[in-house]
Amino acid sequence: MIIEIGHFALVLALAVAAYQTIVPQWGAWRNDGPLMASGRVAALLQVLLIGLAFVALTHAYLTSDFSVMNVAENSHSDKPLIYKISGVWGNHEGSMLLWVFILAIFGAAVALFGSNLPATLKARILSVQGSIGLAFLIFLVASSNPFLRLLPAPIEGNGLNPILQDPALAFHPPFLYAGYVGLSIAFSFAVAALIEGRVDAAWARWVRPWTLVSWALLTIGIGMGAWWAYYELGWGGFWFWDPVENASFMPWLVATALLHSAIVVEKRGALKIWTILLSILAFSLSLVGTFLVRSGVLTSVHAFAVDPARGVFILAILAVFIGGSLTLFALRAPSLKAGGLFATVSREGGLVLNNLLLSAACAAVFIGTLYPLALETLTGEKISVGAPYFNLTFGPIFMPLLLLVPLGPMLTWKRADVMASLRRLWWAAAAALALTLVVLALVLRGPWLAPLGVALGFWLMLGSAAELVQRIGLGSQPLNIVWARLKGLPRSAFGTALAHGGLGLLVIGVIILSLWKEEHIVSIKPGEQIPVAGYSVLFKGIEPLHGPNYDGRLGRFEITRSGALVKEVVSEKRLFRPRGMPTTEVGLLQAFWGDVYVVLGDEGANGAHVVRASFNPMASFIWLGAFVMFLGGLLSLTDRRLRIGVPKRAAVAAVPQAAE
Amino acid sequence: MTKFFATIVLLLGILSGPALAVQPDEILKDPALEARARAISAGLRCLVCQNQSIDDSDATVARDLRILIREQLVKNQTDEQVVSFVVERYGDYVLLKPRLTAKTMILWFTPFLVVLLGGFYLLRARKTQAPVHDQLSDAEKAALEAILRK
Repeated sequence: MIIEIGHFALVLALAVAAYQTIVPQWGAWRNDGPLMASGRVAALLQVLLIGLAFVALTHAYLTSDFSVMNVAENSHSDKPLIYKISGVWGNHEGSMLLWVFILAIFGAAVALFGSNLPATLKARILSVQGSIGLAFLIFLVASSNPFLRLLPAPIEGNGLNPILQDPALAFHPPFLYAGYVGLSIAFSFAVAALIEGRVDAAWARWVRPWTLVSWALLTIGIGMGAWWAYYELGWGGFWFWDPVENASFMPWLVATALLHSAIVVEKRGALKIWTILLSILAFSLSLVGTFLVRSGVLTSVHAFAVDPARGVFILAILAVFIGGSLTLFALRAPSLKAGGLFATVSREGGLVLNNLLLSAACAAVFIGTLYPLALETLTGEKISVGAPYFNLTFGPIFMPLLLLVPLGPMLTWKRADVMASLRRLWWAAAAALALTLVVLALVLRGPWLAPLGVALGFWLMLGSAAELVQRIGLGSQPLNIVWARLKGLPRSAFGTALAHGGLGLLVIGVIILSLWKEEHIVSIKPGEQIPVAGYSVLFKGIEPLHGPNYDGRLGRFEITRSGALVKEVVSEKRLFRPRGMPTTEVGLLQAFWGDVYVVLGDEGANGAHVVRASFNPMASFIWLGAFVMFLGGLLSLTDRRLRIGVPKRAAVAAVPQAAE
Repeated sequence: MTKFFATIVLLLGILSGPALAVQPDEILKDPALEARARAISAGLRCLVCQNQSIDDSDATVARDLRILIREQLVKNQTDEQVVSFVVERYGDYVLLKPRLTAKTMILWFTPFLVVLLGGFYLLRARKTQAPVHDQLSDAEKAALEAILRK
């Protein structure tokens, strides 16, 4: 019964989405207040209905209702509770339901918190948002319905893909989806602004917090995905340039560009047309990502949905939204007035360069991901594009960008003096070089890229600190003034410094882990040990393993340093019962300078086991860096000017009848 | 068992996943040779896997290829010879770094073209745009005076 209610709610949501698409838009044309205002009700109703459907499906998973085909195919009664919950979105239908649910949440958030938006703009935003919901609801109901029944109901379900049975992976899709889908708001704002024919500083200020939310969620979502790959896949890698990873990375790159270009629109009124285009592109890439992952067009490590018929449907949605919005852009963009002149060397110029390099980096990821598909479709010829390609294209484009990051905030608006800005950074550069030399004195090995990467990381962190130090006048002003300035500094300034500094941590972690990793692959018997980077890993023995829904064996290891026990770790080889699929659990010691990573391999002759023990230097810096970037995003979000919205004067000047 | 340090030396290995699929019995005695074997393996695709290099994969085919590469290296073949040896048998599809041919020009050059053309367009747009005014016009000066005098 609950399933039927959920099913009904989903169909009802479709009808509401149709209403939300048409009526507020029409109301905005006719300047009809009540019709426009009804969009708000529709958006709220939609989130309630889809929420109800989502709860109904979750209930079916929690109670292991195998008469629901989706549950029978993807769940198992033995599964631990948290994977029954995460199982809801661990499959195609459920994940699409989560997708539209988050879309509806964002739509409702605009309806609720957008009270300072001009009525027509708000109605149009909700209408565009409704149309996206409509398209995906049709997709859900027509070809990916999670509420189909299965009769007769099987006694037991097929189980969730064991590789997905992990806390980090279980909860990273909601973050990623929220990030993906959050960009729909920037898209709706852009399309609504194109229909209205007006983009101003107020528009940029409204659109920025939404982009910031999406960016922060994408950052943490990608970070969690990388963390999961690091300790669950058992290879010790964290980023594979897998198409599915690229699918989330492309929107992140464009969202980063958008975040920066929207600053220029907000502060100086320039780059309006470009910012609109970026808003459209960011969400278009989210749609492309959804298409890549959901259509099964590429079968990669992560892809767990393979159904070409669905691909065609998503492709049609892609064509309508991307084609439609770009056509609208081509028609309307020329009529948008460019504003805010600036010299080539200026803060604006710096942000333009940031956007250029981010776009080119995104182009590298885009073409590297899609070119093999295009080539195979057109000529039948198969090529592989892997990590070496991205290192040679994305790398050289992204490196200079990283190098320029600390300089950007030092440039003044309108016209800047590069030498003067560099002079303010000299101590950051000197300190970064000194620290790099210290690191090199301690560890001198590996390719030339290693010291360069370390220097880059320090430069990013110190450069961000230098900006704050500069702004509060530390060292040049009396302490009471420094304190007063520190208190007066907007939170977005700290947010920027954190995000840029976090990037530095990430760069150091990535480079050092990739280049200075120490790895031992040996075949040892219980009682023997492996020396790893000053630690000693003692193999204590093998035990049989019996989990709630898997069996296998586990290896116990003692990690010691100069004779003292540091940590006892366990590495498991699990065989999941319903599907007989093997997974590996890594024995991990996390420490500041690096992780000791122990993986139990296959059993060899006469009681020996293959054991892989590695020292992954600075690995924690990667996750820490991503987290700090996420925090920077959140902190910027609490900035006063975003919290209280647009100053009254600007709103009144823009639209005299803005009051609702 | 001799201590063995496997440092992965990649050409420009910024973001590459290291390998754990290599088995102890495959590892060559000579660390320099083994390091070369690992670097070559990281650039070759495991044909039955999805988007994994043979260095990352524990599939049997990947293992066979890894052993094949090491056999060739032991025979004093250069890295290029070893790679061509594999490509002759398995085709270009095995290369994770596609060769630069007429068909992959777009793939290799697009990212850099975006930078060049984008930069060129921006600089040209700057030139045609009205210059930033250094000085206030007389009318503006008068207006400023009027405001300041208030």
